[in-house]
Amino acid sequence: MKTACKQLQRYLLLLVAVLALGACSTAPVQQGDAVIEPSFSADRVLDDDVTYLSDDISDPWEGFNRSMYRFNYRFDKYVFLPVVNGYKAITPDFLEQGIHNFFLNLEDITTFFNSILQLSGTKTVQTTGRFLVNTTVGLLGFIDVASMIDIPKHDEDFGQTLGYWGVGNGPYLVLPILGPSNVRDGVGRGVDWAVLTAIQDELDIKESERWALAVMKAIDTRANVAFRYYETGTPFEYDWVRLLYTTKRKMDIEK
Amino acid sequence: MLRILAFLLAAVWLPTGWASANAYDFPIDNKFLATVVGTPPEYRAELPKKIPLKHRSITIFEDREVPEAFFFDAKLRYSRALQKGPAPLVFLIAGTGAAYNGGKNVNMARAFYQAGFHVVSISSPTYMNFIVAASRSGVPGHTVEDAEDIYRVMETIWDTLKDRIEVTDFYVTGYSLGGFNAAFVTWLDETKQTFNFRKALLINPPVRLYSSISLLDRMLENIPGGVDNFPLFYNRLVEHLTRVYKTSDTVDISEDFLYQAFEAVNPDNEELAALIGVSFRISSANMAYTTDLMTDFGYIKPKNITMTKNSSPGEYNRVAHHLGFTDFYHVYFYPYQKAKNPSLTRSELINAMSLSSIEDYLRSAEKIEVMHNMDDIILEPGDIDFFPRVFGDRAKIYPRGGHCGNMDFRDNVTHMVNVFSK
Repeated sequence: MKTACKQLQRYLLLLVAVLALGACSTAPVQQGDAVIEPSFSADRVLDDDVTYLSDDISDPWEGFNRSMYRFNYRFDKYVFLPVVNGYKAITPDFLEQGIHNFFLNLEDITTFFNSILQLSGTKTVQTTGRFLVNTTVGLLGFIDVASMIDIPKHDEDFGQTLGYWGVGNGPYLVLPILGPSNVRDGVGRGVDWAVLTAIQDELDIKESERWALAVMKAIDTRANVAFRYYETGTPFEYDWVRLLYTTKRKMDIEK
Repeated sequence: MLRILAFLLAAVWLPTGWASANAYDFPIDNKFLATVVGTPPEYRAELPKKIPLKHRSITIFEDREVPEAFFFDAKLRYSRALQKGPAPLVFLIAGTGAAYNGGKNVNMARAFYQAGFHVVSISSPTYMNFIVAASRSGVPGHTVEDAEDIYRVMETIWDTLKDRIEVTDFYVTGYSLGGFNAAFVTWLDETKQTFNFRKALLINPPVRLYSSISLLDRMLENIPGGVDNFPLFYNRLVEHLTRVYKTSDTVDISEDFLYQAFEAVNPDNEELAALIGVSFRISSANMAYTTDLMTDFGYIKPKNITMTKNSSPGEYNRVAHHLGFTDFYHVYFYPYQKAKNPSLTRSELINAMSLSSIEDYLRSAEKIEVMHNMDDIILEPGDIDFFPRVFGDRAKIYPRGGHCGNMDFRDNVTHMVNVFSK
């Protein structure tokens, strides 16, 4: 299992390197020496002193990010969605919901320690309450009893914790399979993952079970996100996703 | 993520407690509010949550060369929900810039499926995927050409279905621009006769395209400080949302949350009109940039520049959102049509792109009915009279609902289904 893990790591690194080296340019291709003036050029239409929403978002690795975005589309189309659709087809709805609840309950561990790091007593207490109730009465989280008795759910992660303490977004980053992120949130994911791994170590959970959990979680997460790559009907989809991701994270940090 | 976009696109809902003594008790009196938030959940028709809706994609032109930047859009996506036995089939055409699987189409599909119809949903000819995969010219907006494109799509889809299902009669409907398209599709069907539609229903169609796009372009003037102030407008909107989000019990930007947010923020008419303007501006930018890349017209992107699949639209994105439907009409659409027909004048084209251009047909076509609202914001004052004048009793005009805001309302859904069932 360890060698498999290492191989996968190596593969992912290679993939990242290839994508970074290949198709990196975001410049269009020009024929001839001079640009043929379009009906509405930016010079003609746009005022210099106007600010744009995208001005606030740093995306120096756009070439890499766009390549990764396309990779994610293909992975989604040829691997992820067929698996998710198969899963949905064979799993009864109540079980699907139960599995979803199970993973949401595990996420409360992440929310719990990040609530502490953000010095939020309310969130910490409520999340503890949720986790205890759902893990016991809710049969390891399969039934979301906490929501039935109106204990509010929070969603905190280490990216938000960093944001809470004033760390900026850093450059925008499209992660393999996981999708839109930025350097701060990417680091945050790493930390959250490390904490969960440490807990798994403490509980002596076997490698194979960890893999099963990770794969199941990925399928469950994808099954609950309606987004489909390149189906938003806009030729500016990459830009929209970047803006909306950044906006949503800003809102999450403030909450 | 898309939930936030959905908010920007003004597809959110608001509960209001106003009851009306009127027989028609659609609860929202404000035409802008109705247009933005639609029908409050407790007033919606009861429809099945799950229907066997299948998403499919299909090649329309075997020899189509798709621009590299749009490599993902070579096939046309559509959906269908089929009955087990013989049944009538209804085609749904989405409105301006909308997809086959947008909220309004999905709700109509539920209603018609429940009423025993096979349902096939098609995107608007102004929707990116349609322009790329199914528009012969790659330039949307022409009444007859769009109708021909839609008709071809219907025929191609029907080819894949005709051996599998039994259809008793064909029907067509659409909302907004889709309703307008449905009129011309029905008119075209009289000569092509593949379907011989038994009935057509036009829901909130424009009368004259040019009037409606002018009205919609002008709505952006409601952004305080004008369209250049959009970032400020957006940031204020996000601030409002954040304020509500912070105190809410939800961690999702869900329908329920947006619903709460709308009540808490309580936007005024200018803000609502600005939201509608923004939503249509996004549609116009998507459409104009897509067709520009399809034909290399040189509208926004210089003719001798090719976008690769990795290219950033950068400034073209900004320019596209700076321009409106009327810019497209005068600087792209008219010159493009004039090149094919040199004697065509601007006003001739404007007059041709209207329901009046087939008024005699519409007057005599008993099979076509209309469902519209007195206070629809895409019509010029007095334009609503066109419908009773031309369609007589076949036009059902509701007193309220704004633009398509009452489509999910009980009475309206019942009426829609009744038109095809009687």
